[in-house]
Amino acid sequence: LTEELWKVGTVVETRIQTPSSRSIQLDVPGWPGNIAGQHVDVRLTAEDGYTAVRSYSLASVGDSERIELAVDRLPTGEVSPYLVEELRAGDQLEFRGPLGTYFVWRPTDTAPVQLIAGGSGIVPLMAMLRSHATSTSTVPFRLLYSVRTPRDVFFADELVELAKSPYLTVTFVYTRQAPPEWPTAPARITVEAIAADAFAKEDNPVAFVCGPTGFVETVADIMVGLEVFAPLTIKTERFGGK
Amino acid sequence: MSARVDGNALAGILSEYFRLDTTTAIVQCTGCGTRAELAREFVYTDPMGFVVRCESCDDVLMIVVQRPGGVWLDLRGIDGVQFGA
Repeated sequence: LTEELWKVGTVVETRIQTPSSRSIQLDVPGWPGNIAGQHVDVRLTAEDGYTAVRSYSLASVGDSERIELAVDRLPTGEVSPYLVEELRAGDQLEFRGPLGTYFVWRPTDTAPVQLIAGGSGIVPLMAMLRSHATSTSTVPFRLLYSVRTPRDVFFADELVELAKSPYLTVTFVYTRQAPPEWPTAPARITVEAIAADAFAKEDNPVAFVCGPTGFVETVADIMVGLEVFAPLTIKTERFGGK
Repeated sequence: MSARVDGNALAGILSEYFRLDTTTAIVQCTGCGTRAELAREFVYTDPMGFVVRCESCDDVLMIVVQRPGGVWLDLRGIDGVQFGA
């Protein structure tokens, strides 16, 4: 009935992003392109016919048939250990998507954008940063990125390059171990950290928050409490997990 | 039951049966009357499918049961759905 929605993609390249994650570039013939922030469902089929479907955000954006995912290995996961540790160039996966039009940013959007990522929650936000950078948009963007340690930053080199834009600031929060000389001790993201990075209420900003469920809900509650954002302008995407 | 996610996670399975994206569809909770995009609602994944709860009052809005040959949508807690808002 619905098999035609699944497209086959072939792995072109994988790159180590952090000690527990890789980014994966694939060619997906027939891929219609995607808006920044959208995700895909990935289907794996075992030799015995058992299938597993998982959702992953797209780091890529635009109308290319080349897509990019970035996957963090969940210790008890059924699919992510395979994608992070086993997948090789030439391997094939099935995709359904692009999916979702809620957690998306378009270059024609005019409100200042606050992005807040926890861990691999950076992935859909990366697509937004890339969309912003490659468009003519001069909307101000701020990224607040919570990671355990400096080694856990996805797309670290690219973020350094992107942050040279006058229209983007990138701020890190380290929860376990900070770089030497970092001004604050490692800690979970705080009201103060979010308030320090926030736009003014008069700027009518919007926000995208993505990460593990606990992180997203903590951050969203803080943001509602700040009364900078109208509640409906805070868009969230929860990955589950801890 | 696994950790809560949200209605963004329903985009794929429902794309099999709805022509329009469902995550921006607005649903109205029978229990408390709150209207919200499906993407904002709480979703719990289950081996059988998904349980969708109201982000405001936590009442069950919808259950998505995956079965061979198709999906069963139990819409017990939804008064109405607005597409294309």
